[in-house]
Amino acid sequence: MAWQQAMGSHAAGGSQAPPAAAGGGETQRTQYPYVTGTSVIALKYKDGVIMACDTGASYGSTLRYKSVERIKAVGKHSLIGASGEFSDFQEILRYLDELTLSDHMWDDGNSLGPKEIHSYLTRVMYNRRNKFDPLWNSLVLGGVKKGPKGDEKYLGMVNMIGTHFEENHVATGFGNHLAIPILRAEWREDMTFEEAVKLVEKCLLVLLYRDRSSINKFQIAKITTEGSTIYPPYSLKTYWGFSHFENPAQGAVGSW
Amino acid sequence: MARFDPYENNGGTCVAVAGAGYCVVAADTRLSVGYSILSRDHSKMAQLADKCVLASSGFQGDIKALQKNLAAKELVYEHNHNKKMSCPAMAQLLSNTLYYKRFFPYYAFNVLGGLDSQGKGCVFTYDAVGSYERTGYSAQGTGAALMMPVLDNQLKSPSPLLLPARDAVTPLSESEAVDLVKDVFASATERDIYTGDRLEIVVINSSGTHREYIELRKD
Repeated sequence: MAWQQAMGSHAAGGSQAPPAAAGGGETQRTQYPYVTGTSVIALKYKDGVIMACDTGASYGSTLRYKSVERIKAVGKHSLIGASGEFSDFQEILRYLDELTLSDHMWDDGNSLGPKEIHSYLTRVMYNRRNKFDPLWNSLVLGGVKKGPKGDEKYLGMVNMIGTHFEENHVATGFGNHLAIPILRAEWREDMTFEEAVKLVEKCLLVLLYRDRSSINKFQIAKITTEGSTIYPPYSLKTYWGFSHFENPAQGAVGSW
Repeated sequence: MARFDPYENNGGTCVAVAGAGYCVVAADTRLSVGYSILSRDHSKMAQLADKCVLASSGFQGDIKALQKNLAAKELVYEHNHNKKMSCPAMAQLLSNTLYYKRFFPYYAFNVLGGLDSQGKGCVFTYDAVGSYERTGYSAQGTGAALMMPVLDNQLKSPSPLLLPARDAVTPLSESEAVDLVKDVFASATERDIYTGDRLEIVVINSSGTHREYIELRKD
């Protein structure tokens, strides 16, 4: 394929041309994603952060994997959720494993909190976009850690080019269009876990109905001072029995 | 098929107005991409030294990288010289930093405001690759085209063509300048979809810096 011949040797040879790999072979960079996960949503609630997504991963419009975990725990205080290229997410998890391991090996009683992990991810994503070799993801990072002012909840997002921010509720991809308006209307800082789950499920249901690449197998995860819990996947109850679904021609009588 | 684009415009507007003994620097806190709002409360400003504040709009990833880079260099300067960097020095540093990436630019439109070594208000305004000018007031970002003519009209700055050169600082008092800044933001928010939510204002004068916020339209 044409895109596999990287710009390396052909692109004028000027200072702009990216360096080829040391071995003399041509470097490969992600030009577009292959297997992708859809929306992740997350919000702060009374005791911490709740995060949710479905367990699907698509190869274009084919539902290639139906049971993958797109939310993972990072260290003791954080959860990461990813949409976008699934293999890039797995690479990011390897980076985070390395990071948390080397942090643990200091054995100084300190540990990286969600703020530090988010900052690290931000630098990784931005650095890779600078190399024109992006990690094709939108990442959500949530967590709770004891700080000087008591427990500090944290929720942030980073995208594939390094745009990053903190918010009380975030959603990637389709979720940004469909879930955020619901969250803006109904979110409160002091929600209980049960209320938060209800709100999250409301958002997931809208996404299930309107985002064709979503599937009805969801995972919810939470992080509190007690640590993280990733719940087993489950389905939501859907209703397709609307009369216009069963008889779509009704009320749309043709002219002949 | 969608190809990789290393840039994104996250919108926002930055303004600075200098007076005889003060400088007002302001920016809205909306962070957008396309027709979506990512955050309604994201600061675009960085306090780089005692009397030096930078406000930037453009691509948020580049803005943060640029502001962190400048803050780090300021710290090294502080250790080397045992004093904070002056605003005109920071202005030159910012220009050099932007030009250093001339062929893969920081997509950042900056307004730097503060006090010079005589304690007079100063404003420096930039393009993305580092050309800059010292002025008495400036606006940059998505709402700049709406604000700049109003500032020109209200601040009645002497023509830069006049000889001998006349002072560019505005004759307005500090509180009048703050009110003007609030008004131009409220007006730009009416027509620019990338400007709104909240306005962060920093006033720098001989007694230090003072920060305040006002609410803007959220639609």
